[in-house]
Amino acid sequence: MSTLKFDLKISYPDFTLEVAHAIPLEGITALFGPSGCGKSTLLRILAGLECKAEGRIEFSGEIWQSGTGHQQLAAHKRGAGYVFQDARLFPHLDVEGNLSYAERRSRHVASGIGLDQVISALDLAPLLGRRVTSLSGGERQRVAIGRTLLTRPRLLLMDEPLAALDFKRKAEILPYLERLPRAFDIPTIYVSHDIDEVARLADRMMVLRNGRLLAAGPVDVVLERLDLPGNGERFEPGVALTARIVGHDPRYRLSQLDLDDQILSVPELDAPIGTSLRLRIKARDISIATERPQGISIRNILTARIAEIAAPADAAQADLLLDIGSGRHLRARITRASVVELGLVPGADIFALVKSVTFDAPGFGAP
Amino acid sequence: MTIPDLGPLWLTLHLATLTTFILLIVGTPIAWWLSVTRWRIKAVVEAVTALPLVLPPTVLGFYMLVFFSPNSTIGGLWVDMTGTQLTFSFVGLVVASVIYSLPFTVQPLQATFETLGRAPMEAAATLRAAPFDAFLTVIVPLAARGFLTAVVLTFAHTIGEFGVVLMVGGNIPGETKVISIAIYEHVETIRYAEAHVLAAGLLAFSFMVLLFVYVMNRRFPLHVGSGA
Repeated sequence: MSTLKFDLKISYPDFTLEVAHAIPLEGITALFGPSGCGKSTLLRILAGLECKAEGRIEFSGEIWQSGTGHQQLAAHKRGAGYVFQDARLFPHLDVEGNLSYAERRSRHVASGIGLDQVISALDLAPLLGRRVTSLSGGERQRVAIGRTLLTRPRLLLMDEPLAALDFKRKAEILPYLERLPRAFDIPTIYVSHDIDEVARLADRMMVLRNGRLLAAGPVDVVLERLDLPGNGERFEPGVALTARIVGHDPRYRLSQLDLDDQILSVPELDAPIGTSLRLRIKARDISIATERPQGISIRNILTARIAEIAAPADAAQADLLLDIGSGRHLRARITRASVVELGLVPGADIFALVKSVTFDAPGFGAP
Repeated sequence: MTIPDLGPLWLTLHLATLTTFILLIVGTPIAWWLSVTRWRIKAVVEAVTALPLVLPPTVLGFYMLVFFSPNSTIGGLWVDMTGTQLTFSFVGLVVASVIYSLPFTVQPLQATFETLGRAPMEAAATLRAAPFDAFLTVIVPLAARGFLTAVVLTFAHTIGEFGVVLMVGGNIPGETKVISIAIYEHVETIRYAEAHVLAAGLLAFSFMVLLFVYVMNRRFPLHVGSGA
């Protein structure tokens, strides 16, 4: 499979970014980390917007950068579409003008993307004649995404497209974002500091911190890892799992999810049996019991084995990695006092009480 | 009332139009370069382009006279190439006006470009627009106000120029006798009536131009900025 390979460095007086990695050119790769970790800078370097960057970028065998400054392929020749956090629509053109600005300059590109298709995918038809200054934040971002798609890009770079929006607007845009990469089949790098967005949208993720790559891999795997600092901005430790619906119980309005050996029961889902879903379980929504509890309202009690315990001596909390069979893991965050009092050690068989499960977009089919 | 010879008026408008046109072509790249460069030499270029603002016109006129003279290198080269001379000729006046009015084109444009920042060019580049394409289709429309200001200031300043014209061009009817020189001549020869007509005409014209600009500005506010 073709990849985007890079080995880059950029230095500022108070900050250095040094990252080397290879990203498969398919699906969505999230660049995740707290503000100021360098994720936007990395995205800008990949787009060709930072002339001071040193190093090498290879896109599917094509050299985008080799060395510094003049050894770079100019940004407009890369075919990398960029969605800016602040949209950057051209105020002298209306919505339609902004879209056709991109469309006219990409007609030579062989691609299945057409103006009508983009307009309908993002519901832009009612906005076409509007001035961009009259658009709401969410509308503006939708137009910006449409404009970028119309550059018929080979790579889609999205720099926190939702960060400037309030909760309601975010919820309005997310469904569009979820559909797009698969509908248009463009490999995407998505920058975000919001772990919910990452878990919901991305297939794999890179975690950046202080200009370094901390971890990279499939979202499920990275989120399971205990050695990630859990105190990053908006970083809520937990796991993302994929499970299939195996049954519905209309009487109690519940649905059963199959975790291979164990069943998870959740409020009824509006999806047919056999549908694969991505679900997330936060570490602090897991409690531990050494014996199967009786007389308790929690329905989801999974048998598990402790794989790892991270309990720093100066912390109140301890992080546990639990093996629940078939290569699946849960993370639990409990007090260090409980670890000691219950005598929890790696290898011990315990029961994991799941208090709450979150689902990614309904109908979001895991591959 | 005596109607004065209107030749100087047309000559002045011709000179101002030509100067403004040339300065848009010459001054825009300079202003753009000044707005984006990080070189240290920037300060030197800025100081040089601003010199005409602070120097007395006589100083500028004196040096131009020296350099344009057929006996000098530049002036001599010009004579060799074109068979005409730069001093006391219309072409010489155009060159002098371009130099003299340069800051009135460069400074408003540079300020506008700096206000726009790098964002519009970056956005255009990611939309596959080459730099020159992006400049013409994004920066120029977004900087329309700056261009308007630059054109008006350059045009008006060229019309009002006197000292440099007198020193480099002299007072040759149909060649270098622009309106300010003509008014001066009328006053010197105590023909106040003609001086009045030309002076009042210039006053009315300048006022109309400025009025037009400000009315246009109000009626068609340009949406410049991030639009946030």
